[in-house]
Amino acid sequence: MSISIEEVKKIAQLARIKLTPDEEKRYAATISVVLDYMKILNEVDTKGVEQTSQVTGLENVVRADEQRDCKIVKELLAQMPQIKNNELVVPEVFED
Amino acid sequence: MNLNELTIKEAREGLKKKKFTSVELTQACLSRIKERNKDINAFITVCEESALEEAKIADGLIKAGSAGPLTGIPFSVKDAICTAGTSSTAGAKILDNYIPPFNATVIAKIRNQGGVLLGKNNCDAFGHGASNENSMYGLVRNPRDLAKVAGGSSGGSAAAVADNMCVYAIAEDTGGSIRQPASFCGVIGFRPSYGRNSRYGIMPMGSSLDTVGPITKTVYDTAVVMEQIAGNDPLDATTVGDAVPNYSREVEAKIKGRRIGVPKEYFNLEGLDEEVKKITEQQIVKLKKLGCKIEEVSLPHTKYAIAVYYIIVPSEDSSNLGRMDGIRYGVRLEGKDLYDLYARSRAAGFPEEVKRRILIGTYALSAGYYDAYYKKAQTVRTLIKKDFDDVFKKVDALITPTSPFPAFGIGAKKDDPLALYMADVMVSPAALAGMPALSVPCGNTAGGLPVGVQIIGPRLKEEIVLRIGDKLAV
Repeated sequence: MSISIEEVKKIAQLARIKLTPDEEKRYAATISVVLDYMKILNEVDTKGVEQTSQVTGLENVVRADEQRDCKIVKELLAQMPQIKNNELVVPEVFED
Repeated sequence: MNLNELTIKEAREGLKKKKFTSVELTQACLSRIKERNKDINAFITVCEESALEEAKIADGLIKAGSAGPLTGIPFSVKDAICTAGTSSTAGAKILDNYIPPFNATVIAKIRNQGGVLLGKNNCDAFGHGASNENSMYGLVRNPRDLAKVAGGSSGGSAAAVADNMCVYAIAEDTGGSIRQPASFCGVIGFRPSYGRNSRYGIMPMGSSLDTVGPITKTVYDTAVVMEQIAGNDPLDATTVGDAVPNYSREVEAKIKGRRIGVPKEYFNLEGLDEEVKKITEQQIVKLKKLGCKIEEVSLPHTKYAIAVYYIIVPSEDSSNLGRMDGIRYGVRLEGKDLYDLYARSRAAGFPEEVKRRILIGTYALSAGYYDAYYKKAQTVRTLIKKDFDDVFKKVDALITPTSPFPAFGIGAKKDDPLALYMADVMVSPAALAGMPALSVPCGNTAGGLPVGVQIIGPRLKEEIVLRIGDKLAV
């Protein structure tokens, strides 16, 4: 297999997704099939070929750096899982 | 004929001539939804009350003589596109409670002129799938044959249009998500050039490929919608500033003398269904009769497109979906610490395929693998794009099947992700190159399933694609 269960555990941790042991096994198997298929790209000689990260050719698109008022503050707050005094409540980031 | 079966063109005529009202037209769509959605599951949300209110307002605009081209016409929207005040889940439970406070730019353009939002269409969660079996709100059935899939990821939108539950739909296409379900359901599906329509408010998947476009009953209708939604948007820095052509006039122009390329790689593909091939070849004969010059061409890197696509898109995806963390919006599951909160919220809120794509993307971008996967895919993408650039020096457009096969059975590819990825083999290359492409229904298999033919054009030449498609659609 191209990817081991240990590696699946590691990337799941990086991706912040809790997996069950059964899922880890299944993903190792299915992702291995996909990664094996990707080896087809080794047939292609890409020496000296530039990367394509976009197709528009647009560069340095800028806008005026002006302050704009947010007109939907109330609606945005309403979407938050937990608020206090109009501020978002999150768990502690630092431990004592 | 029932009102819900009308095209945009017919609905506009009828509204203008006061043959019926937008309220009547909207009611016809709503009752069709009521009758059929329990079998097809094309809608996650139906906006019965607000749709009728919007229709009333539209009738007022029409009466006052201030109607736009889409005023009073009921449409539906893929659930991965933000609609102000209406639930937008993208087919995933992590957004089960999410009500966007804003409209996507393309949706604002339609709603500002009095378009009537009927509801939100089911889709593969976050656009991940080619069968609409990856939605956490249940699969979508093909209206032509309920035992078959509707295609994906915009399966709900294609099914809703095909079954006359709406007049047209707005959906999203990253690597075939509009065209492939349109071909499976027998309707028109259009992916514009990347950068032509604003992506603001579209939940991002593969940001360098994502496009938003219409699903309609006629090619003319696609032209009408495109004319309304296209154009530069300060809220999406990837939109181009080029003037938007008058698509609805262009679509009717003659195609005599046009050079049409037949890319041999698409027709020699292993696994290409014989009936699909035959129907596509019949369209080539038809184009010849209409005075087009047919030429065999080659896009030599076609066979690498799926591998490139399924590295680049999951990579961009894994990064884009990082925002779905249960912190600022969506469903939060409490955990013993911050990490646990993230990991539990994401585990419960994403279906299996979304997790798989995030894992593939995270792997491809991780230290030690970046060059072998992501960088390699980005360079092969350059060669795929160059294939198209080279071929469009010789021909005006390309004709291919949209999908190598017609709609397949529900569950047939469910346990084989790679087999499902291969369903995109004909639609992903043009997406990687940023070219506009249209799927047009051109016939049925002996078993009665629709077959779509794809027209691909050069970047920002949507009008050529629409013109050719208009002559083929049945």
